[in-house]
Amino acid sequence: MSVARLDARFALCRAENRAAFVAYLMAGDPDAERSLALLCGLSVAGADVIELGFPFSDPMAEGPPIQRASLRALEAGTTLTSTLELVRRFRAGETGTPLILMGYLNPVLSYGYDRFAADAAEAGVDGLLVVDCPPEEADDLADALDPQGLALVRLAAPTTDAARLPAVVRRASGFVYYVSVAGVTGVKSAAAETVAPAVERIRAAAGGLPVAVGFGIRTPQQAAAVAQAADAVVVGSALVDTLADQGVEAALAQTSALAQAVRNARR
Amino acid sequence: MNAPAANTWSAYPDARGRFGDYGGRYVAETLMPLVLELDGAYQAAKADPAFQAELDDFLTHYVGRPSPLYFAERLTAHHAGNGAKGGGCARIWFKRDELNHTGAHKINNCMGQILLARRMGRTRIIAETGAGQHGVATATVCARFGLPCVIYMGATDVERQKPNVFRMRLLGAEIVPVTSGRGTLKDAMNEAMRDWVTNVEDTYYLIGTAAGPHPYPAMVRDFQAVIGREARAQMLEGAGKLPDACLASIGGGSNAIGLFHPFLEDDVRLIGIEAAGHGLTSGQHAASMTGGRPGVLHGNKTYLLQDEDGQILDAHSISAGLDYPGIGPEHAWLKDSGRAEYRTATDLEALAAFQECARLEGIIPALEPAHALARVGEIAREVGRGGDVVLNMCGRGDKDIYTVADALAGHADHPAETKL
Ligand SMILES: Cc1ncc(COP(=O)(O)O)c(C=O)c1O
Repeated sequence: MSVARLDARFALCRAENRAAFVAYLMAGDPDAERSLALLCGLSVAGADVIELGFPFSDPMAEGPPIQRASLRALEAGTTLTSTLELVRRFRAGETGTPLILMGYLNPVLSYGYDRFAADAAEAGVDGLLVVDCPPEEADDLADALDPQGLALVRLAAPTTDAARLPAVVRRASGFVYYVSVAGVTGVKSAAAETVAPAVERIRAAAGGLPVAVGFGIRTPQQAAAVAQAADAVVVGSALVDTLADQGVEAALAQTSALAQAVRNARR
Repeated sequence: MNAPAANTWSAYPDARGRFGDYGGRYVAETLMPLVLELDGAYQAAKADPAFQAELDDFLTHYVGRPSPLYFAERLTAHHAGNGAKGGGCARIWFKRDELNHTGAHKINNCMGQILLARRMGRTRIIAETGAGQHGVATATVCARFGLPCVIYMGATDVERQKPNVFRMRLLGAEIVPVTSGRGTLKDAMNEAMRDWVTNVEDTYYLIGTAAGPHPYPAMVRDFQAVIGREARAQMLEGAGKLPDACLASIGGGSNAIGLFHPFLEDDVRLIGIEAAGHGLTSGQHAASMTGGRPGVLHGNKTYLLQDEDGQILDAHSISAGLDYPGIGPEHAWLKDSGRAEYRTATDLEALAAFQECARLEGIIPALEPAHALARVGEIAREVGRGGDVVLNMCGRGDKDIYTVADALAGHADHPAETKL
């Protein structure tokens, strides 16, 4: 499983000549039960990959929606341990959809890299994305994740120039996440025409690995536009806001609409 | 951790920005190219005599350096009298950085970084501030060079440091009160990082302490090391010998590392004083080295106050400038390797020392160095008669008079010293 589950899912989407839809949610937001209900409904609603955030007290790269989600999750008592428990319960009913964890380094460091890698693999996690761990600091973590078959998903940004790109995608597996705008999550969105050349550039540097594009994508229209060029489209803040304002069913309905738009984008 | 050979302490950090296991660059990829560019620009400036000459000129004529080294005779006599055996007390010297323009050591660093920002062609300056001293110093140099300035300040701190908020506004800075978290320094730093990652084209982030991603800890230290270089030369001139101990308060660690660094390879004890707030067992303190454990926050690996899950805890100190749950990475390394010692002082001890210094020396210290003052007697007695202790008087207390008045009103029944 693990990286293999990601590879299989991206191969399937490629065979169908479409981008994958990646749905982000925060573990334990607003509490464990509702977040499990959302998690379990996502693949039926059309999510191809799930990005499950684990909360951190100081989410430096997040805009207000995910900052608030992080706070709600922490207030509900969510930890990295309870996040893994959530994944375990999710995996009891769903084994096809890849799931990666996303968050900040300190909870993982505090858990211990090797213990985390073993427990995450056992729970059914397929990869990890750490916002504040650039490639220069990532080798120890990658060394711990590799033997468990977990992907350490690498991030590229608009500020990542051609000279730096090879270092960023070195040891990349699963996919590469392109942060399409300089900024925090959920605020600005990229001009669609800037995305395609960036995706090309990164895919080439990463030896053909899929490139997922996120940051600032909120509507089905925006998602469809990005899905023309990207291998995957990530939506986070918009879903997190809907969950907070209107609940699980509304967030699932929005997932369907976004997933549909991504599926039909290249038709 | 392996300690380096005795004569190579000052050669750190390594090329990756590491002090032993601490430091590094833990930032989002969007910021990574900027941090690398800053490192290159700083290395070039550091090697450029014209840059150093320009900085020295501003330090002399604008900041008011060198600051005096002053023998605190009455405080020394007071502590000698308090000694167990009586009279067995080292001479206490103040390195008077509270006399700098804007009233604290913070401007040493701001002057260096603003010249670097100009050299790099940056046109907008952002900074975080706790006590407001770094905010005031940043707003000051921005006014001097005509650059727009945005200061992030926790909403709690905006409330308790009103005089500095007014000062920053007078100087033309925009103050953004930060309400996330508990509204103190760490939250202000998060918000400044969010601004930086959003405005990568034109913005320079002027960090106020010796922490953050490399090169900040080394760069801020280098700009603050003027304190220690002067103190070293002044001691040699005034006492004909090096001091036996150097003492400084610890927030993020910049005034302390500035004093310590030029003494790293000397036989001189280096002692930092962390803020113990309501006491180390109260859970309400800011002593990240004494009461925390290593982790990653704000771009560097260092000691942090955190819970079992790795969530960062809110710090507490009566001194807004010490109210931070982390510490610069060089201190973390100096602690583990034993080259420096770290102790603590509580809010109440700092308050008592604040008043003692005002009455005995006619110097109203900031609440930050008041924490060092709270331990200087015990250290001067440990060193003993004939010895010399240098304390970094890194800020003056004008900004704190309302905080102190409130605290004393709340402790009307506290020991005689604390009654005004
Ligand atoms: C006067 C003074 N001293 C000390 C500090 C603490 O910072 P550092 O430990 O970086 O010197 C501050 C911070 O605002 C300050 O204003």
